[in-house]
Amino acid sequence: MIGYLQQVLFLAAIALASYLILRRGRLIASTIRLGRDEDRTDRPQERLKIMALVAFGQKKMFAKPLVAFMHLVIYLGFIIINIEVLEIILDGILGTHRLFAPYTSALYPFLINIFEVLALGVLLVCVGFLARRYLLKVARFQPERYREMGRWPRTDAAIILVIEIVLMLAFLTWNASDTVLRLRGDEHYQVAGLQPFIVSQWFMPLFEGWNTSALIAYERVAWWAHILGIMAFAVYLSYSKHLHILLAFPNVYFSKLAPKGEMQNMPEVTNEVKIMLGLSQPEVATDAPETPAPDSGVPGKFGAKDVMDLTWKNLMDAYSCTECGRCTAACPASITGKKLSPRKIMMDTRDRLEDIGRNTQANGGEFKDDGKTLLGDYILDEEILACTSCQACVQECPVNINPLDIIYQLRRYRVMEESKAPGLWNGMFSNLENNQAPWKFSPADRFNWAEGLK
Amino acid sequence: MTTETTPCQVPTMAELAARGETPDVLFWVGCAGSFDDRYKRVTIAFVKILNAVGIKFAVLGTEESCTGDPARRAGNEFLFQMQATMNIQVLDGYGIKKIVTACPHCFNTLKNEYPALGGNYEVVHHSTFLQSLINEGRIKPQDGQPFKGRRITFHDSCYLGRANKIYEAPRAILEALDADLVEMKRSRSQGLCCGAGGGQYFKEPEPGKKDINIERIEEALGTGAQAIAVACPFCMTMMTDGVKNKEREADVKVYDIAEFVAQAQGL
Repeated sequence: MIGYLQQVLFLAAIALASYLILRRGRLIASTIRLGRDEDRTDRPQERLKIMALVAFGQKKMFAKPLVAFMHLVIYLGFIIINIEVLEIILDGILGTHRLFAPYTSALYPFLINIFEVLALGVLLVCVGFLARRYLLKVARFQPERYREMGRWPRTDAAIILVIEIVLMLAFLTWNASDTVLRLRGDEHYQVAGLQPFIVSQWFMPLFEGWNTSALIAYERVAWWAHILGIMAFAVYLSYSKHLHILLAFPNVYFSKLAPKGEMQNMPEVTNEVKIMLGLSQPEVATDAPETPAPDSGVPGKFGAKDVMDLTWKNLMDAYSCTECGRCTAACPASITGKKLSPRKIMMDTRDRLEDIGRNTQANGGEFKDDGKTLLGDYILDEEILACTSCQACVQECPVNINPLDIIYQLRRYRVMEESKAPGLWNGMFSNLENNQAPWKFSPADRFNWAEGLK
Repeated sequence: MTTETTPCQVPTMAELAARGETPDVLFWVGCAGSFDDRYKRVTIAFVKILNAVGIKFAVLGTEESCTGDPARRAGNEFLFQMQATMNIQVLDGYGIKKIVTACPHCFNTLKNEYPALGGNYEVVHHSTFLQSLINEGRIKPQDGQPFKGRRITFHDSCYLGRANKIYEAPRAILEALDADLVEMKRSRSQGLCCGAGGGQYFKEPEPGKKDINIERIEEALGTGAQAIAVACPFCMTMMTDGVKNKEREADVKVYDIAEFVAQAQGL
């Protein structure tokens, strides 16, 4: 009876977790779709190659080898231990115990031993990562230095690491209590020929003095804690910076393939410039009225004031950010104490998307204007004005996020829509217009440098 | 050297076109190369090298105008595209195929951003151009190199390095001159910006604790280099100002890579 009850509860837990994950996934996808269209599907082979190297191979992480190795342990642990989760889920649904063991004979203990070694590795690395944050106080994570590292981002990081430690402990002590039960000859826990496992055997002395019913209770609690923990973690992911474990792959696949120095062209400006210079005629009644202009989908706004004006890729970037701060640590403006932090640009963009998502949910699927915009309420002019466009942030990001692209679009809005630029920039603009140089020199003097030569 | 007696030729496109000739390459001088007193010396050094090697080149002279890069980075796309469209008309009017420039910002814009507006050219930065002249043996490092064994550090320009992945050409040139090349900790793809890009050169810096060029010059001076090599007019100004700020003008010089080559050739 208890067995059936557990199966029913298990199915209910899976259904609830799936529902919550799907709901969040749809909300996130719908906020990403708020962004402008941009085609990032060209050159698929090149994209697959970059994804293999940068996302699967974690190439850019290895700029810092020790941390890269630590991260790799968690990454491999996550992927490989999930094979075991498949068995756990099937056991949960079918009410079986170690379903795969009889079919996989010698392979089974071999695999479990690998999972256990990885689990121990993940556990140790998570402790190491907590130590980096709280004992070594790695500068990138300190709120005194970086104001975007407020309470929530720091709590988020701690929650993830603690959950992972708890999950690994649950997995290892579950195996240990299970083995003790098996060795005592309990009928339900029999698997022919299975020896104690490589890591969990060290936890077995903890359980050997327990009576059998207490042991069975612990075995069940650990089993449930492990699998419910995984489900809760999967739901929590979608609210956390940890979403990168899923989004890193598509985000890297859709990377910018052009040279880093290339700034995106604005075709809607090109049309106007050509008309102004008399190189093309304004489109009046030459086209049949029923054919819409090719750029009719483009919003009537230059640059970006809010997330809807950015591209969907900018928005996916924001959800993919792990807040590691390598961008900010390399940013010359941030290094010299300016307000700009590329990490904050990404976190602000995500915060704005999350706010819009909540607003939309609360208003029955319709976004109710909250009078806020990304530029002004989240990101300040002083931040975007401090950027040297050096692309160090773009270079450093392990998942190919591009904060610079957002900064450029915000600048375009301020300058082209609102004519708000620092006075010296306005001076540079008018020099360019009048003298075709950013300084106040006469164009007639442009060739004077050669005078001494001839 | 015969260069003292032979006057340097700086033909313009208009002159060549009038004679019905076409150059092998257009030298795009850029605004800094035309107007900035310090960088004019780099322009002249490069022109002397082109003359000495016998490259058939030309400049646009007064027909050249800003690529529009500073306007674009500052957010003024209209102004950028006005400049770009006018420049493309001039370049296409002369049938230009190949361009060399000493400015990484001009280089990046002409190479990567003009194609979207219909301007397609083979664009080469002068570091790559000089490196191939050395590789082809057309510039021969001579005996008694003035830079032999001198400690020189190279400061990567963002728009040459990260923007276009040109890290080795300027270093190869310095090595060909037998210089003792020392690297700063932040170099190549990790190179620290001089602080001029993105329109910063044309405005006051935002409030902060330090100027970026000071942060960079401290790192450069920390290598113990006697000379700092640059390959960008804006890096040139920022690094020179940094050296002045640290009162090291007497013992640390800032030169463009073209100036090193010209000096080594006795030009």
